[in-house]
Amino acid sequence: MNTIATLRIGETGIISEESLDVIPLKLLEMGCLPGTEVELLQIAPLKDPLYICVNGSHLAIRKEMAAQIKIIKN
Amino acid sequence: MERSKPIQVALIGNPNTGKTSLFNQLTGLNQKVGNYPGVTVDKKQGICKLLNNQTAIITDLPGTYSINPTSVDESIVLKSLLTTEDENYPDVIVVVADIENLKRNLFLFSQVKDLEIPIILAINMADQLDRKGISIDVETLQKELKTETILISARKNGGIDKVKTAIVNCVEISKAHPLCSLNHKIDEDYFERLKEVSENHTLYELWLMVTQNNLPDSLSEIEKQKLLEFRQDVSKLKRYQHKETIHRYQQINEILKRTYIVDRSKAKDLRAKLDRVFTHKIFGYVIFFGILLLIFQSIFDWASAPMDFIDSAFANLSTLIKGELAPGVLTNLIADGIIPGIGGVVIFIPQIAILFLFVAILEETGYMSRVVFLMDKIMRRYGMSGKSVIPLISGTACAIPAVMATRTISGWKERLITILVTPFTTCSARLPVYAILISLVIPDKKLLGYFSLQGFTLLCLYALGFATAIVSAFLLHKIIKVKSTSFFVAEMPNYKIPSFKNIVFNVIEKTKAFVFGAGKIILAISIVLWFLASNGPASYKNAEKNIVENSVNFNISAEELQHKIAASKLENSYIGIMGKTIEPAIKPLGYDWKIGIALISSFAAREVFVGTLATIYSVESGSDNTSTIKEKMRVEVNPETGKKTFTLPVGMSLLIFYAFAMQCVGTLAVVKRETKSWKWPLAQLFGMGILAYVAAFVTFTIFS
Repeated sequence: MNTIATLRIGETGIISEESLDVIPLKLLEMGCLPGTEVELLQIAPLKDPLYICVNGSHLAIRKEMAAQIKIIKN
Repeated sequence: MERSKPIQVALIGNPNTGKTSLFNQLTGLNQKVGNYPGVTVDKKQGICKLLNNQTAIITDLPGTYSINPTSVDESIVLKSLLTTEDENYPDVIVVVADIENLKRNLFLFSQVKDLEIPIILAINMADQLDRKGISIDVETLQKELKTETILISARKNGGIDKVKTAIVNCVEISKAHPLCSLNHKIDEDYFERLKEVSENHTLYELWLMVTQNNLPDSLSEIEKQKLLEFRQDVSKLKRYQHKETIHRYQQINEILKRTYIVDRSKAKDLRAKLDRVFTHKIFGYVIFFGILLLIFQSIFDWASAPMDFIDSAFANLSTLIKGELAPGVLTNLIADGIIPGIGGVVIFIPQIAILFLFVAILEETGYMSRVVFLMDKIMRRYGMSGKSVIPLISGTACAIPAVMATRTISGWKERLITILVTPFTTCSARLPVYAILISLVIPDKKLLGYFSLQGFTLLCLYALGFATAIVSAFLLHKIIKVKSTSFFVAEMPNYKIPSFKNIVFNVIEKTKAFVFGAGKIILAISIVLWFLASNGPASYKNAEKNIVENSVNFNISAEELQHKIAASKLENSYIGIMGKTIEPAIKPLGYDWKIGIALISSFAAREVFVGTLATIYSVESGSDNTSTIKEKMRVEVNPETGKKTFTLPVGMSLLIFYAFAMQCVGTLAVVKRETKSWKWPLAQLFGMGILAYVAAFVTFTIFS
């Protein structure tokens, strides 16, 4: 199963519809929506947090959150 | 149409959109910072002259991504938009969006638009369109959004006049139209029923009242009851909020598809290159620690000259006033209470302003978010968040603004731990205490022929402060059981060259907030201390007579007599009695009652220690005018042992005590406000106090 946390730097994926319930409202509001493309831009030196770009928003989220958001790899 | 009353305008926008730049351009220096009732969030307002001689009162609301709040600052935005009876309830809202993140910015816009308040959309950074490869069809966008849309470049003053004109025009429109219809796609029946609850509010307002459990007083009891019924199924509310968000984004996507095109090949991505450097696993940390060193160096180096100047200026002012005014209680109050009290606050302005300058630059450039990204994992081991780094750095100037800076931390437990440990970082009030004690008890020698032993001791004390903060955070992380459901998300804004104007305004504003916030408390305590030191029971009133009588047979100079009287008065004053009372408790640490007085008075602010001792020790050094506080302390003798008071064990014990003890009323007050409970400041006071006592006792025993 692929999640944002399994992406490698530079890879992209589409957030799956079933992730809707696990994504907190605030993250949705910042553009992290099911059906949109997410790119992993950077991983912090200690492997956490992850730096992603989704819907034009550049966000840092923690790995535990990222591991809950399922994606379909491009 | 001429309006007699000024137009109320609210600025709303995401963080990092240049909202503050627009605010500064519209209002210039006509700004004032107040407080929202009940919370310590700054309310920034300014007056703007519009083009036809009308005036507008502009309120700069805190930056937010949504009007569904997740922090104190954000809840202000919601409150300002729902409280129709408030004097600053907006006639017009200006939503500030940034051209690069237009989609996300329009999400907030779509929420605000649905409140049906007259609204203007200002899209900022229009001067960067070409550089980012963006083309935008403003005409169509305007029609689709049913909103006057203006391209501005706030920093370069572009489009500001258009915004002013739009504000005037917009006010004429009494009613605005909603953008997104909530009911259709989510649950038509549900939202129809919600709409019927009240005629005086729009559907979206009612929906917000339900989801945020924010029922304004303007509602009748029946209406409130009805709204509460909608809150019964919370999981349904949550589901509908999610659906609403997706619905909004879908609508925005449709609109942007026709009006907004980004040519990625034209966009020069400097961001990616800079990110690779600033978040590099080695250089990232090297750069960060380099910047930290620069900040500390500047705080001490650049600030020392103005601080010395302020110090002597206030001392001279006191002397001057004593000379000029007729002697009496009032003169004493001014010269010995109020002026040193104000001076005790003003002296920190240089350090605090320099620190705020750096923090403002780091935030404006976007670098601070990279620090958060770099440090989050490390800080999390100690129960904190990457966002805790900023308060901990700020704490080296003063814990009060540092505690306020913890608001950006979304997790309550992480925020609480940061608040609790921040006072361990060596704030600038400890510095004068450290400086004088070190120069008294640590020999002026070189380590390895190069490093100054005194400087090294100071460095160790700073390291001790940070280490204690980290260790106690780790312990608190294990001890505190608080349910905290929020999670971590940080926006990584694009890099920007900081705007000089924004930074200057920011520094002035924060420094002012410190001076008037913390200053009030320090000043009040200074006056209380002055009163306690210059009043006392009968023995105090007789002190002068007794000394004069006892000295008759000795051949002492008039000056020496004055010193003796002052010393005796102090001993018999209320504060002297307090010092004597606590003497048994502090004796194991190596302190006498005079140091006890200094400890008590340090609760106003730590640096008062030096001033208090200066007053107390104005004794045996006699007629020698040149003696400084340091000299007076050096020759001070403990009457019981006949040895010098400030020996190495006493000095070390005091240094450790000041490193740990929570001697700051201002910080306690701000912690109370931020945690909304006396529990945590009291825990700090006693926890840190006990630690200080034990550690000082151990230190004294080891060195004796």
